[in-house]
Amino acid sequence: MSELLPPVIVGAGPAGIRAAERLVAAGLRPVVVDEAARWGGQIYRQPPDGGFTRPKTALYGFEAGKADALHRAMAAIRDRVDYRPRTLVWNCEAGALDLLSEGASEALPFSHLILATGATDRVLPFPGWTLPGVFTLGGSQVALKFQGCAVGRRVAFLGTGPLLYLVAYQYLKAGVEVAGVFDTTPFAAQARATAGMLRDPATLAKGLLFVGWLRAHGVPIHNGVRPVRAEGAERVDALVWRDARGQVRRTACDAVAFGLGLRSETQLADLAGCRFRFDEADRAWLPERDGAGRSSVPGVYLAGDGSGIAGADAAELAGERAALALLEDLGRPVEAARVKELDGRLARIVAFRRSLSAAFPFPADWADAIADDTMICRCEGVTAGAVREVARSGQAREMNRAKALTRAGMGRCQGRMCSATTAELLSRTLGTGPYGVGRLRAQPPIKPLPIATVVPSPPRGEGQGEGDALRGPGRSTALFQPATNAPPRIPLTQPSPRFRRTEGPSVASAQTSFAHERGGEGTDDGREVA
Amino acid sequence: MALLQRVAEQGRRVVRFTLDGRPVEALEGDTVMTAMLTNGDRLRRAEFADSPRAGFCMMGACQDCWVRTEEGERLRACGTFIAEGMRLLSTGEWTS
Repeated sequence: MSELLPPVIVGAGPAGIRAAERLVAAGLRPVVVDEAARWGGQIYRQPPDGGFTRPKTALYGFEAGKADALHRAMAAIRDRVDYRPRTLVWNCEAGALDLLSEGASEALPFSHLILATGATDRVLPFPGWTLPGVFTLGGSQVALKFQGCAVGRRVAFLGTGPLLYLVAYQYLKAGVEVAGVFDTTPFAAQARATAGMLRDPATLAKGLLFVGWLRAHGVPIHNGVRPVRAEGAERVDALVWRDARGQVRRTACDAVAFGLGLRSETQLADLAGCRFRFDEADRAWLPERDGAGRSSVPGVYLAGDGSGIAGADAAELAGERAALALLEDLGRPVEAARVKELDGRLARIVAFRRSLSAAFPFPADWADAIADDTMICRCEGVTAGAVREVARSGQAREMNRAKALTRAGMGRCQGRMCSATTAELLSRTLGTGPYGVGRLRAQPPIKPLPIATVVPSPPRGEGQGEGDALRGPGRSTALFQPATNAPPRIPLTQPSPRFRRTEGPSVASAQTSFAHERGGEGTDDGREVA
Repeated sequence: MALLQRVAEQGRRVVRFTLDGRPVEALEGDTVMTAMLTNGDRLRRAEFADSPRAGFCMMGACQDCWVRTEEGERLRACGTFIAEGMRLLSTGEWTS
């Protein structure tokens, strides 16, 4: 039975599209589920329909050719894939995905699944980081590319990673004043790493061009920077920072674009049961994958930045490679020469990534400088001090216990914005290294669902629904059960427990957090009836 | 006043909506976030601290851009497009 199910791809970015293309070429009709309204992912995100006129050269710069090729690849197979845009995958369990589209949930059983879930900016907090005008680097790029907007009139670029210089350059090209680039990496470290980057002269040349262009336009570039605070009452009006010599300086600006490299979106791999390992280069727990993209779970494949940061070029190759692995596992013939070529190119990118990590290292000491009263959790206002306290007092030695005790990671974003911070604070207080404090377990729904969502009892493949206590028994017939006779599998209407600061730290169990995460939030398509 | 600054794509059709009761304009294809932040400098005030917020990641991950309509509907501002006649709020606090 399971072989009759079409393969399912989550994500329509570089990895997802190339995977779909390869499966279509083999005569399959994959389902492609994507949260966005149009394909392309974040890096090659397309403007909305209607009235946008900038050419791809203006939107994607040097990468316009790649973006165009990728967009065309999906357009060419559009009638041979079951494409589901504007659809959130909110759970993966017992051989099926739970999808949310237009306010209704639907289960999609699968036998073979490729997860190409992408990444978002990795961030650490500093005082003032929740002020209007502080955005992620990726978000600042989305504003420009997707909306034709700059995040401010005079923007400071802070952090590390290739996006730092790329987005600063794109802003400058768009006519926005760049107040400065504030790179956390010491100049000497970057200079040392340049030699290794000669493995990919084109990428190195682009990086040097961005830096050269910025300098030529009088943009100050500072290395070895640490943020002190973003200043402002109702919005940002300055970035206060410490230079490499320890001097505190102030730069007037009305926006700060900020990021420390990228962080993989791994929740679905976790819910699918994939085994994780700690990756030193990404300083994060990542789902294990072999060179072909196979996870530890048969039938589940991983491709692109969602299972380890390697960039868009690698994602395209890895997407195709994972599709070839899937086809091999189905007993279909695959072209050995193509497999070999992809493996070789992926290996070269991995080697280059090591140099890039050396050029843009994670500022490991940043967490020590976070004051106890700094808010680390944007969702629920948890402070650094609260996390340090549960570690110091011996109450929490790992991430999930710290979450239960402090609520860091329990809010709407489910730890996407605070888990890197919590891991650093916990591990540095305990002296374990980030590896030693484990990782946050993913919880469905992985993003807020509307309280009015109809969640039918899902169809499950035979023999796949056992032990699925939360959902009740799987049914293999009806695709959709009407709301009137389908009691929700989970108490979606349960009121959220209120968290009041005056009551002291909330000691919430996993069960109440579960209900809280479901209570009263909105859909990924953006709507909720409160 | 406006947090976001338009630097391109300004030839789109005008869409009218209200922000805290005030009639304002956005452009077709704007997200609710763009529509609000080109007419003001915040989306809402945070529940747990009396502080203004204006979103953060713009790609549906941080969940910091939820806004309310006068009808009581909640929208994720970065993932919802503006529509003619929307009545959006950036004032008041959330407690739920």
